[in-house]
Amino acid sequence: MPVFCQLCWSAIVDADGRIYIRNWQGGILSGGFEKNPKPIFTEGKNQLEIQNLREDWDHFEPLLSSLLRRMPVLETLEILKLVNCPETFTPDMKCIMGESPVVQGYFVLAGMNSAGLSLGGGAGKFLAEWMVYGYPTENVWELDLQRFGALQSSRTFLRHRVMEVMPLMYDLKVPRWDFQTGRQLRTSPLYDRLDAQGARWMEKHGFERPKYFVPPNKDLLALEQSKTFYKPDWFDIVESEVKCCKEAVCVIDMSSFTKFEITSTGDQALESLQYLFSNDLDVPVGHIVHTGMLNECGGYENDCSIARLNKRSFFMISPTDQQVHCWAWLNKYMPKDSNLLLEDVTWKYTALNLIGPRAVDVLSELSYAPMTPDHFPTLFCKEMSVGYANGIRVMSMTHTGEPGFMLYIPIEYALHVYNEVMSVGQKYGIRNAGYYALRSLRIEKFFAFWGQDLNTLTTPLECGGESRVKLEKGIDFIGRDALLQQKQNGVYKRLAMFILDDHDTDLDLWPWWGEPIYRNGKYAGKTTSSAYSYTLERHVCLGYVHNFSEDNGEEQVVTADFINRGEYEIDIAGHRFQAKAKLYPVTSFFTHKRRKDDVELSDFHGK
Amino acid sequence: MERPRRAGPRSCSPSPGAGMPPRRQGIPVRTSSLPLFSDAMPAPTQLFFPLIRNCELSRIYGTACYCHHKHLCCSPPYIAQNRLRYTPHPAYATFCRPRENWWQYTQGRRYASTPQKFYLTPPQVNSILKANEYSFKVPEFDGKNVSSILGFDSNQLPANAPIEDRRSAATCLQTRGMLLGVFDGHAGCACSQAVSERLFYYIAVSLLPHETLLEIENAVESGRALLPILQWHKHPNDYFSKEASKLYFNSLRTYWQELIDLNTGESADIDVKEALINAFKRLDNDISLEAQVGDPNSFLNYLVLRVAFSGATACVAHVDGVDLHVANTGDSRAMLGVQEEDGSWSAVTLSNDHNAQNERELERLKLEHPKNEAKSVVKQDRLLGLLMPFRAFGDVKFKWSIDLQKRVIESGPDQLNDNEYTKFIPPNYHTPPYLTAEPEVTYHRLRPQDKFLVLATDGLWETMHRQDVVRIVGEYLTGMHQQQPIAVGGYKVTLGQMHGLLTERRAKMSSVFEDQNAATHLIRHAVGNNEFGAVDHERLSKMLSLPEELARMYRDDITIIVVQFNSHVVGAYQNQEQ
Repeated sequence: MPVFCQLCWSAIVDADGRIYIRNWQGGILSGGFEKNPKPIFTEGKNQLEIQNLREDWDHFEPLLSSLLRRMPVLETLEILKLVNCPETFTPDMKCIMGESPVVQGYFVLAGMNSAGLSLGGGAGKFLAEWMVYGYPTENVWELDLQRFGALQSSRTFLRHRVMEVMPLMYDLKVPRWDFQTGRQLRTSPLYDRLDAQGARWMEKHGFERPKYFVPPNKDLLALEQSKTFYKPDWFDIVESEVKCCKEAVCVIDMSSFTKFEITSTGDQALESLQYLFSNDLDVPVGHIVHTGMLNECGGYENDCSIARLNKRSFFMISPTDQQVHCWAWLNKYMPKDSNLLLEDVTWKYTALNLIGPRAVDVLSELSYAPMTPDHFPTLFCKEMSVGYANGIRVMSMTHTGEPGFMLYIPIEYALHVYNEVMSVGQKYGIRNAGYYALRSLRIEKFFAFWGQDLNTLTTPLECGGESRVKLEKGIDFIGRDALLQQKQNGVYKRLAMFILDDHDTDLDLWPWWGEPIYRNGKYAGKTTSSAYSYTLERHVCLGYVHNFSEDNGEEQVVTADFINRGEYEIDIAGHRFQAKAKLYPVTSFFTHKRRKDDVELSDFHGK
Repeated sequence: MERPRRAGPRSCSPSPGAGMPPRRQGIPVRTSSLPLFSDAMPAPTQLFFPLIRNCELSRIYGTACYCHHKHLCCSPPYIAQNRLRYTPHPAYATFCRPRENWWQYTQGRRYASTPQKFYLTPPQVNSILKANEYSFKVPEFDGKNVSSILGFDSNQLPANAPIEDRRSAATCLQTRGMLLGVFDGHAGCACSQAVSERLFYYIAVSLLPHETLLEIENAVESGRALLPILQWHKHPNDYFSKEASKLYFNSLRTYWQELIDLNTGESADIDVKEALINAFKRLDNDISLEAQVGDPNSFLNYLVLRVAFSGATACVAHVDGVDLHVANTGDSRAMLGVQEEDGSWSAVTLSNDHNAQNERELERLKLEHPKNEAKSVVKQDRLLGLLMPFRAFGDVKFKWSIDLQKRVIESGPDQLNDNEYTKFIPPNYHTPPYLTAEPEVTYHRLRPQDKFLVLATDGLWETMHRQDVVRIVGEYLTGMHQQQPIAVGGYKVTLGQMHGLLTERRAKMSSVFEDQNAATHLIRHAVGNNEFGAVDHERLSKMLSLPEELARMYRDDITIIVVQFNSHVVGAYQNQEQ
């Protein structure tokens, strides 16, 4: 195959045939990723057997067939050798790297999912930086070892999941795809109830979360047919859930959130939290503070909400996949003091999010307490009784900017409270909703989310989070210096919200994330998340705008003026759509109006 | 063309039985002759026509007509094998769903359908064969007990409509071991259904130690949760009767209460053989008693009567470690598949058929009845000239005194009273009981070379020789692992050659893998084998597309359970004891 060998110095990939072909010492090397992988070393077999794997031609047969179909002339070539060697795979098809959450200074780089050769250089560089400077120069959270916990390390889970992951190597990867194996590991006590009501589930950190609820009379597409980059089949379902959140009240089970409690005998809790978090936590008891947990460079290690339960006790809510990372971070920076107690209470509470203008009515009816803003201002936390259950932590926030409450319910009361909420809520038009509705609401209100829009390399100043930083709170918290400097010098990127103008939701490809942003025709960054806003009837994308110098491509300061003066386009699969950039949410006007209408209407009906 | 399978001497009984009651409704006698039959062939007939030799056609025709005249034991080539010779249609009319006369049926269809050749496609054949298949794998990591059973495959193919065979499989939860059984019903499916639901409970209770029985009784008494006794492994089509569940439970409870009372205080080891025999006898006794006592609920009352007046054979295996007990009542069979050192397969029979081919059974019957009955007890290879199996559950017509039979029928519901079959008293019925459900129990200690056990109703054994059965299953079970891996090492092989070889191997594998179930594989052979012992698709297709009304003439219900043993575990047991 002289021609081939001369032309092809890189590899040929036939994704449909699941094979790759490359030049190898003047001959041909071909392999692939079969549909029926054989997991090994999950039964505790001796890993030294790695050397002794026999050639398995029958297993290779489909790959050989597609190789000969692609290059029939190879039939006459002689076989040199069939190499059968194991590869390592991870539960989400991304490698694992970084510092162990339990042994400080123990670094890991493994599970390359057969891409070790191509990723080796970069992975090595980042790991080296990590070990030397304490952090890599790029955001690698998606690869961070700490995205997994012990819960993803059971033999059976790994065995089943890697069998699903490996064939995906050459499969089309569609947005919002959920793994089918290794599911239903962590569930809320309401799982069965919600499932019976049509919940469709996604999984985060092993926890099942409802995506949306399929009404009884509606059929969704089969799993395989539902793969799309266009308007998905759940569009109408989520629309009605969002509408219900806007006009009545919805309940979303958000039990998966990571929940920590920090308590101390004296002021130790407050002191260490003041050092760890950028916002001022010395607030009156019952107040909730949104705050970042920053690193030395001012970047977000975590973005969370902290409620002050009493003078010496704090309740901290962070994203689901922070369970391992945040725990490790807190343990690393909190003083070793037996009077300071950090406890993971994630499993102790079921979280229900009551979103919507009528949430007030539902809750006041259930608690016999006035819940109006006068009595219960926003970002406030109270232990109350709901139905028969006592000690429910009610917080006036919804993670979406919509009115409503989060209920943190001790798990044994979960079913009772849920039942009460649903039965009382009936006359207010209550219904279940899922995370897709939440996401749409959140993004149209420009709520950035850690792990998608925020990461270890973005600072509060770059994403409009100035209000969550108290530089002058009198404590030199982690990242303060970096923020001070950034405040002085200006930021080099800025999170903005883009509203797509000429995008046809029904016919055009949807933005999902990672689409290039063009400012005045020049590349300026990528989107980090997007959702369809049912209120604006437009797609909304969040993304960072950079200011690359025309001369040398260096990053320059980005000002609000720079953002506002630009003409923007979002490139979706090669097609550019006009977009308006905003630095602040725009929907308050619409929602306010709607809510006013709603109130009048309901007054008319009477309660 | 080939003749339908006629296995064994049993099918050769064309002579009309005398003394049968006359048929009530007359059916116009067809005097039309052979050409009518063959030239305007209705579709269903055409399907089976090639299966029948011309020379036999007249016989079928003749007997079929004859059957309508006199309403005697129908003897087209196969129907003579009906277990209960006395199977006039009125009996079915009430016992099962009404059956159309097959001749009438073909005549009726004649004008409706145009003659055309029609074959089932391989996927259609598969969907028929696989409709009832079931597999159970004993969990790998049971932790506590290492099971000598790897798992089992089971399947059944109906010939009767509805099928009269039943099957059961369950793991004993309070004692060790697993129970597997096949049940062949006759004169309806009521009895085989009842036995398939109840027998294992009787066996499991018989095996329970005194303390466990007490515990269960106390739990029932005080309304506490019961200890689970059996873990059933059922195909979705294998149902349990909800209505009779309470009644069955009460009978079972009476049984264990008696076991508790009978306990002498010596906690002697429970003998499995004795437990099996007691369980069989007790259940049959309960079936008989329930029918005599009746039930205030009219549905249940009719049900218990149907159970008692129909019959069923049973072949049950109890496997616990290396101890294999087979309890057999009737003519189903348990066959052990043994792999010799040279890899060949041989069959070891673990049960004796209880029928006229068994000298010892003939001897037993003659001894159990006065000398003057010696000639009438078994006539034409049938019990009292009627029943093929010599042991069975139910069949109270062969067990109760004439008085009792009359009394029960008269006080029974009208359906029973109108039934000619139940009213009919067997000829020469002098010294009942003539029939017993007592099983013959065979014990076998498993060896590493014992690879599998086949339990099957006579529907299989009359179409296939036991040696063929064991060979086909043996080759099927090992075939999946037998293919040696290919290694290139040292030889000059081109990619094209290798590809050809691999494709060939895959084709071979997929033909073995066409059946994922050894029982299905066996049925495929039993129904579709040609004279060379290979599955002939055309034949298979014809046999499976026979209309319900005709199927029973070409084959019996077939029910098969193939139990696979774990040779390593069996070997380990052996080593342990050495």
